[in-house]
Amino acid sequence: MSEEKKVIIRRLNAAKDLGKFMADYYYELDAASKSGKQKIAWCTSVGPAEILRGMGYLIYFPETHSAMLGSTRMATDLIPKANAMGYSPEICSYLTADIGAFLENVTPLANIFKGIESIPRPDVLVYNTNQCRDVQDWFNWYAKRFNVPVVGIETYRNVPEVTPVHITSISRQMENIVQPLEDVAGRKLDMDEFKNAVALSRECSNLWDKCLAAAAARPSPLTFFDGTTLMGPAVVGRGTQKAIDVYQLLLEELNERVAAGEGAIEDERYRLYWDGMPVWGRLSMHSKLFAGLQANVIASTYCSSWIFSALDAGNPFESMARAYTELFIVRSDAYKEKYIQDKLAFFQCDGIIYHDAKTCPNNTNCRYGMAQRLEKTTGIPSLTIHGDLNDLRLLSDEQTKTNVEAFIEQLEENGKAA
Amino acid sequence: MKTQEGKRLYIGVDVGASRTKAVVMDAHKNLLGREVRPSGTDFGEASRRCLANALHMAGADESHIARTVSTGYGRKNVAYSDDTRTEIGCHAKGCYFYFPKAITIIDIGGQDNKIIKLDEAGRRLGFKMNRKCAAGTGAFLEEMSPRLDIPLEDMDRLARQSEDMVKLGSFCTVFSATEVLQNIRQGRKVADIVKGLFFSVIKRVSEMDSLSENVVMTGGVVAHNPFLVRMMEEIIGRSILVPDYPQLTGAVGAALYAIENSS
Ligand code: SF4
Repeated sequence: MSEEKKVIIRRLNAAKDLGKFMADYYYELDAASKSGKQKIAWCTSVGPAEILRGMGYLIYFPETHSAMLGSTRMATDLIPKANAMGYSPEICSYLTADIGAFLENVTPLANIFKGIESIPRPDVLVYNTNQCRDVQDWFNWYAKRFNVPVVGIETYRNVPEVTPVHITSISRQMENIVQPLEDVAGRKLDMDEFKNAVALSRECSNLWDKCLAAAAARPSPLTFFDGTTLMGPAVVGRGTQKAIDVYQLLLEELNERVAAGEGAIEDERYRLYWDGMPVWGRLSMHSKLFAGLQANVIASTYCSSWIFSALDAGNPFESMARAYTELFIVRSDAYKEKYIQDKLAFFQCDGIIYHDAKTCPNNTNCRYGMAQRLEKTTGIPSLTIHGDLNDLRLLSDEQTKTNVEAFIEQLEENGKAA
Repeated sequence: MKTQEGKRLYIGVDVGASRTKAVVMDAHKNLLGREVRPSGTDFGEASRRCLANALHMAGADESHIARTVSTGYGRKNVAYSDDTRTEIGCHAKGCYFYFPKAITIIDIGGQDNKIIKLDEAGRRLGFKMNRKCAAGTGAFLEEMSPRLDIPLEDMDRLARQSEDMVKLGSFCTVFSATEVLQNIRQGRKVADIVKGLFFSVIKRVSEMDSLSENVVMTGGVVAHNPFLVRMMEEIIGRSILVPDYPQLTGAVGAALYAIENSS
């Protein structure tokens, strides 16, 4: 079964629209950075983007840049530059790769988009610790470096249930960052623009949710590995019409595939769930590894993290507070377990892969016995692979390969094939 | 390959990072030939020579081969193999062949170690391999033997002589080496240090997962250092099952797959 053979992975046409979307997005930022005509805010990937849109900011997301450093495999050489400055190799390799790239004055944007020489300069930085504390340290470093203000929202962790107390606290914090952001923007928050951004974000989120849900079909029209790239607009385009346009096209194509019974991989036999970060520098290798074993990783916690169903234009601050606190990463283990359990059932998965990413404990959910507990309650077997999102020094391709092959053999021998 | 004189033989080859193993079995699962060689730098060559010697021992030649399955780190480098399986699957199969019951397999190899759990029907419940670290593998002992200036082959004998084992606390091979140096400086006996190294190996492995009632130990490190099994028995408080050729279970499993898949 593990003999080398040609691996067929069917690409989506919508990937081209996505490529154009990302190019337009970065060129617009670059132009603003060069001309100084439009203010630029740097924002964390699940930060309060909609408020920034309500003040006319263009938004740049350093994490997306770090993911590009990973997928272009530039990160591993850059991380040590930040390590040498005192940022431990054990902390977020998004942070260390990004700061390393800045110190070396390199960016994948310059290689991908002709005419762009550097990342856009921030006028202000905005973070939300709903994902981790690393973003705070990361953004504070840049604030000093660029001598610009940084504002942030401190979110609760390990939340079992989102209560009115959480909502009040977070929405108040969101309201409190408006004034300093207005000072930088040189204009007031336009409530209509803000509400419109919330409405657009919600629509984008709904569409993205539907795209991901399309993977429940047999065979699945989508792979997790494609999803990690396709989710670009859901991250950087939140609150814009353009992101919605891209996802409408993607959803159409996915639905066509489902109707035609066309899978993303040839002969899908095993359906897997991925928990944890992708290994950005190994997306292609991993997608071929699984596809070659007739296994499709069809759903993930990661790609689903940009679904914000609570957003409500009629109640922008409070609904944002809820949407950004309801996130998986902020929640208690009991909630997370139930969440994954529901996904396994919805997508009819035969197995689950946990990526234990050395430098991101926040997106690694298998360190406190969850894998074993879920295996017991669902009877669905799991495999943990050790690696990292960006630091390729922390993984062994050979071990990953053997582990994945052995896991699929196990599914095969135990008769779990579809 | 065609068979002659009605003799149909099945080959299992396990190309490990440090040793290559080959076994020859007949359709009744009798082990007729076996060989172990260093894998060296040319896995293809190592597996060819292993096969030749194992066939010689079985009194057969290549024309008798019905099917070959390769496994291990270099499984894709075996030109004459008909199929490949992972070492996890092959160890599981090989061990269950010797001990057909619910077992936990502890395999300590040259570069990696594994824990594999099987239910009473031989179905795999799960497995774990060591992480990106040499702790608890043969590589750890190989690294330590020159530091202590004793050949690897002497370790088992020396460990048995220990009366006051040195305790090593570290996960990391490099840190353990520092601890060893410190113990040498303090004049501790080599035998006590070696037993400490052994203890460190089995501690690291046994910490990887919980162990079920029946524990099987395999792997080259176990084959050459049977005292490790005794020490593990002491730790877990019950006896451990060891197959006849603990270094060959992966190759045996591969040969069993060859027999199964040929029918
Ligand atoms: S969630 Fe993980 S990857 Fe993302 S910024 Fe925080 S530590 Fe880095």
